[in-house]
Amino acid sequence: MTFKLTEENLARIEKARKKYPTALAAVMDTVYIAQEQNGYISTEVMEEIANVLGIDKVNVLSVVTFYTMYHTKPMGKYHVQVCTNVSCMLRGSYEIWDRVKEKLDIDNMQVSADGKFSLEEVECMGACGYAPMIAINEDYYENLTKEKVEEILESLK
Amino acid sequence: MERIVLPGIPNLNQLEVYLSNGGFEAAKKAFSQTPDDVIDQVKKSGLRGRGGAAFLTGLKWSFMPKTTNLPKYLCINGDESEPGSFKDRQVFEDNPFQLIEGVIITCYAIGAKVAYLYIRGEYHKWIKLMQNAIDTAYELGYLGEKMKSKFGTDFSSDLYIHKGAGAYICGEESSLMNSIEGHRGYPRVKPPFPAQKGLWGCPTTINNVETIANVAPIISKGWEWFSKMGAAKHPGTLLYGISGHVNKPGVYEYPTGMLLTELIYDVAGGVPGNKKIKCVIPGGSSMPPLRGDKLEGVRMDAESLKEVGSAVGTAGIMVMDEDTNLLKVLIRIAHFYHHESCGQCTPCREGTGWMEKTLHRILEGHGTSKDLDLLISVANNIEGNTICALGDAAAWPVKFMIERFRDEFENYVKKDVTIPVPNKVHSMRQTAVPLADIQK
Ligand SMILES: Cc1cc2nc3c(=O)[nH]c(=O)nc-3n(C[C@H](O)[C@H](O)[C@H](O)COP(=O)(O)O)c2cc1C
Ligand code: SF4
Ligand code: FES
Repeated sequence: MTFKLTEENLARIEKARKKYPTALAAVMDTVYIAQEQNGYISTEVMEEIANVLGIDKVNVLSVVTFYTMYHTKPMGKYHVQVCTNVSCMLRGSYEIWDRVKEKLDIDNMQVSADGKFSLEEVECMGACGYAPMIAINEDYYENLTKEKVEEILESLK
Repeated sequence: MERIVLPGIPNLNQLEVYLSNGGFEAAKKAFSQTPDDVIDQVKKSGLRGRGGAAFLTGLKWSFMPKTTNLPKYLCINGDESEPGSFKDRQVFEDNPFQLIEGVIITCYAIGAKVAYLYIRGEYHKWIKLMQNAIDTAYELGYLGEKMKSKFGTDFSSDLYIHKGAGAYICGEESSLMNSIEGHRGYPRVKPPFPAQKGLWGCPTTINNVETIANVAPIISKGWEWFSKMGAAKHPGTLLYGISGHVNKPGVYEYPTGMLLTELIYDVAGGVPGNKKIKCVIPGGSSMPPLRGDKLEGVRMDAESLKEVGSAVGTAGIMVMDEDTNLLKVLIRIAHFYHHESCGQCTPCREGTGWMEKTLHRILEGHGTSKDLDLLISVANNIEGNTICALGDAAAWPVKFMIERFRDEFENYVKKDVTIPVPNKVHSMRQTAVPLADIQK
């Protein structure tokens, strides 16, 4: 199945393209936009990105496989990210991690059967003073307790 | 107490409020002087980089070639991925226009027409806030072509956000440039340094967000004012990010050279349950940890921390109380660097994995005292033998944590040596009689 970027997204990419002297530099923005549209980056999506920017497919692949925020397989509707780095760990992030795992019944980088949730143990998110924290898709939830996490997850069900 | 970067004025993130508090006056002043004059003032102010290495900012700017036909670039580093660091986001949130003003003054000083603000991808919220501020600045002539009529000069500069996508290494300046160019975030071999060959092979300066946010006040209030604040050799303020076992974690702006104990006990409200402190990492997880019983008199500036065998880094202070298991902390740190190593250099790629594995072995109860020496020697073999400083950043915590807390780490390996005894007893009985019968 071929993948086509929408007109609106093509316009956004055109705008991103103008920030840089080369088309290649717009690849990271473009991958984000494509991921937003398709949910993840498949081979077809990479081909479309390469075509739109007029760059080699290898360049797209190289970037997609290097950065952890690009996904090459579908993630859940709610991508739950739990920081377990030191500052969070000192304030109980592993308990949060265990609770989330139990609640969603999936492990690191897995997707729930209904496609609703995916889970990722992440490195420091820059919220160390408001630990422990999780992020769901683009939003941070800080100063958490196990109870609060449960409430948040339930509110998404 | 005077605060420079986060003055706490309500709604300062609104342009009208910023303007009514003297906003963009510094830029006006700077544009009436020569670029060299501006660099000179920043040099004299003694401003040092807030991104980790505390390098002299004015000196760095002066490395930019004066005569070149190539375009020049400024990169502002807001990757902020060093564990324990969460200060730059506060600048995006509370004082975005002072950052923008710093950018245009810096561009003027070094002759850059384009600046890229690199923000880590996870900071969606702060990217939006910053983008809004940038859009407003463009609209009202504080960025872009309109600057010329606004300020009555022929200078103008553009500022674009480049959104990262989850890679700690992209905070390293040469990796950051590769990332902007659309490559993997692989650090480059230096020399050539960015001022000679940076973005797209052109002269480039890279500074941290907090560094740039200090520039406008230095120009408007004068370098002398700035140089008199805080520690003489590392003047100004720092955005101290205090996390871990303290009652009031958060970002606090105070002069450089503050007593670490004052920051922990007075500013951050001390340790929960009045527990003793076992360990403090003073500048983000890459910096050598300090013993809790040796914090008395330690001051938070580059020189003072160097004297006690650590570094100021990002001034992200991680506090660990007496009940903390340092082995588990170190494993978490080792895992981080292993995960984030870009894999270009063998000592870093292999060494970080090896260190993590060895530490796990100790946690599982199979460690010996020799493993501790092995860990230190692996760390020593990484340090100084790699393309970028992530190697050192991975080596230091392991080496210094074990050296400085050898007593505790010996316990982890010793205790484990005695474990086989009860283990044996347990398994022997289990094979003879069902466990449940013994427990009766
Ligand atoms: C692995 C690694 C990660 C780094 N991460 C950051 C970062 O997130 N933000 C930052 O400003 N500097 C970071 N640095 C330091 C930069 O390479 C560079 O020295 C700094 O941005 C220069 O700005 P300054 O002179 O204003 O401090 C990192 C360095 C290394 C080796
Ligand atoms: S030291 Fe590590 S992170 Fe830096 S270039 Fe080498 S392998 Fe990559
Ligand atoms: S350690 Fe979790 S946000 Fe920094």
